[in-house]
Amino acid sequence: MSDQALAGLNSDDRTIAEARRQMEICNACRYCEGYCSAFPALTRLRAFEDSDITQIANLCHNCRGCYYACQYTAPHEFDINLPQALADVRLESWERFVWPSGLAQLFHRHAWATTIATVLGFAVLFLVIRLLSTVGGEGFYAVLSHTAMVSIFLPAFLLPLISIVLGLQQYWAEVGGTRPTIKQVMGAFIQAANMKNLDGGHGEGCNFEHEDRYSDARRYAHQAVMYGFLLCFAATSVGTLLHYVFDMPAPYPLFSLPKLSGISGGLSLTAGCGWMLMLKSKSDKSLSSRQAYNAECAFIALLGFVGLSGLVLYWLGGTQSMPTLLAIHLGAVLAFFLLTPFTKMAHGFFRLAALVREEQQRDVG
Amino acid sequence: MSKSDPLSPDVLIIGGGNAALTAAITARENGASVSILEAAPKPYRGGNSRHTRNFRCMHAGPLGMLTDTYGEDEYYEDLLKVTKGKTDPELAKLAIRSSEECYCWMEAHGVRFQPSLSGTLSLSRTNAFFLGGGKALVNAYYAQAEDLGVKIHYDAPVRHLQIEEGKVVHVDAELSGEKQQYTPKNVVVSSGGFQADLDWLTDAWGPAARNFLIRGTPYNRGVVLRDLLDQDIESVGDPTQCHAVAIDGRAPKFDGGIVTRLDCVPFSIVVNKHGERFYDEGEDVWPKRYAIWGRLVAAQPDQVGHAIIDSKSLELFMPSVFRPIKADTVEALAKELELPESKLRQTIDTYNSACKPGDFHPTELDGLATTGIEPSKTNWARPIDTSPFYAYSLRPGVTFTYLGLKVDQNARVSSSNGPMQNLWAAGEIMAGSILGQGYLAGFGMTIGTVFGRIAGREAAAHV
Repeated sequence: MSDQALAGLNSDDRTIAEARRQMEICNACRYCEGYCSAFPALTRLRAFEDSDITQIANLCHNCRGCYYACQYTAPHEFDINLPQALADVRLESWERFVWPSGLAQLFHRHAWATTIATVLGFAVLFLVIRLLSTVGGEGFYAVLSHTAMVSIFLPAFLLPLISIVLGLQQYWAEVGGTRPTIKQVMGAFIQAANMKNLDGGHGEGCNFEHEDRYSDARRYAHQAVMYGFLLCFAATSVGTLLHYVFDMPAPYPLFSLPKLSGISGGLSLTAGCGWMLMLKSKSDKSLSSRQAYNAECAFIALLGFVGLSGLVLYWLGGTQSMPTLLAIHLGAVLAFFLLTPFTKMAHGFFRLAALVREEQQRDVG
Repeated sequence: MSKSDPLSPDVLIIGGGNAALTAAITARENGASVSILEAAPKPYRGGNSRHTRNFRCMHAGPLGMLTDTYGEDEYYEDLLKVTKGKTDPELAKLAIRSSEECYCWMEAHGVRFQPSLSGTLSLSRTNAFFLGGGKALVNAYYAQAEDLGVKIHYDAPVRHLQIEEGKVVHVDAELSGEKQQYTPKNVVVSSGGFQADLDWLTDAWGPAARNFLIRGTPYNRGVVLRDLLDQDIESVGDPTQCHAVAIDGRAPKFDGGIVTRLDCVPFSIVVNKHGERFYDEGEDVWPKRYAIWGRLVAAQPDQVGHAIIDSKSLELFMPSVFRPIKADTVEALAKELELPESKLRQTIDTYNSACKPGDFHPTELDGLATTGIEPSKTNWARPIDTSPFYAYSLRPGVTFTYLGLKVDQNARVSSSNGPMQNLWAAGEIMAGSILGQGYLAGFGMTIGTVFGRIAGREAAAHV
């Protein structure tokens, strides 16, 4: 496409056009077929519709194997940087799909300020609620009653979820997904569970913090975050079940399901986020979306802070500082939930959808 | 001189591609201090190796990604077919026999393999594909070399090797533009051919070479090769010849690599700038014919050809990097290509009426031939009659040159007075000893790896 024609396009279309230009070069080369799922998906096609590009972009895990192996990266005139081109498409696709649109862009532009303001704002709010009301509950519920917590966090959990589901529906429609089979969904979950697409195709990991050298660090850091988060989420879910079904309200002893999964999850989440931030700081920023780097770091920091503040709260739960710590932790959790659709957190949902769709297309052949 | 003198390493490697790196790693592993002088800046390190994708490997049974068996005799026969006997049987068999152990050596030194790429199934038995291609291989070797303590200099072209009494006494290089004189104990030259020096190519081939595209690195200018030949080092290979294939005429002048390849010729008719056909496009399957089309196009006026297909054939071959030129009528296509419209119309009409009904099989020789035209098209001859019509322009793309240094079984170089005491050669710069003509896919990397290892071993042994 000529520069003139490119100039006439809006930003989304320009991003897609650039990805298409690069993918056509990749399709004529194919040297990277063994790295990940994105390349076999690419070489199955001969021409790339916008929807194909959206799908392949969401399939890409930014492992960067293809970039360092590429004979056509700058200063070569073909100027291939597929990890970045696909990251840009990916980011714009989430901004397009997630409702209400525009908020994601806003977050990407002012990520740190938004994150910090949201956490602090909610923390102050919780402290004010506490000052204005006297409740007679035990432990944390002495600060904020269980009912109050539920009435704040249930909508704060459900609204973002609805937003994500609506976004996924649009995604699925755009990439032409059909009703998935159990096998396809299982296949996708297995790939996510072991981060197959970050193993480099040879099992030695991807290229991230040491340029062209392979390393599993990012893969492990990601899994620490993911499993840590899932454990924390499980702790909350188990607590909810115990509270409503078994009439066993918190606090729980150390050797209980909510506590054990919450503490181990919190440790894993906090360490994983810290590790990930360190790796990111060593990585070449020009190989991912230029607009999203700060937002990704802010999000990882927020997620890590949710874990860390939860751990500190557990540690110092019996002290004077508990009410303040609880307010800060709840503020972070609430900020995390509400920001979910507009942050990197969205990638988990769209990535899974892309993996399911890839299973479908591979089935078709 | 002490080992720690950076300008007097035990082994100085000139070049930075596959052969240079295998030599450097091997020499270092054998205890020598090693420096590499790579002419290219870091992003372009690796010479033509960065554009490769596989190496041809003998194997007695399934080996890694390689299926079935590929024995020494079959391998050697394949080589004889393409070289028409222009090879040194002993060196060729040494390369072939040693290729099997190379697979494991490469893996042990960080190279990773992948299954044969889609569209290259015919090579899954004979050729092991590098995961990520040749640049990933080069990256792995540079990382290994660094870890082993090999000193690597980029942007460090060598200008001259001073030879006195059968010995290299010093090497003149430029490190980032600054002159440096090395006094190494031993030297391995693995700095490639001269195909990027268009003046030299033009001297050798004739003025047509000005219009050739160079598929690989612009840094293979043959400076070291010429310097050695000027000092009476023995050469091998036809100095006038280069290996050229027909590639997309819109490719960059240098470094276009694999993606500029065009696989459409068997399903097309190819015309010159006068709109006339000049060769049987369907003579054989494309992997066996793509290499001759470089020469065929080079012999046409302005060194250009145009492969023309219709919409029936558009998806029968691997996509290429540039989109075809497209038009609804033959005349409009002629206009786009700046060909004489009536002549192209006439050529296509004549060809179409020479096509006969029959079964078309794109993946095998189908015998669907024209009758009564010259040149005939002997396979896949279907009329070009279904709009829209498409065209790709073709130009000769030079892959490598044949002229090189003559070596013995130990990769040692000789002058007219006998073997050199401290000079070995590996890779493209000596490949002419084995590949006197033609090309066998993946064999360049085999020669580079086998002789790189030999040269590294020998150079370290003579410290």
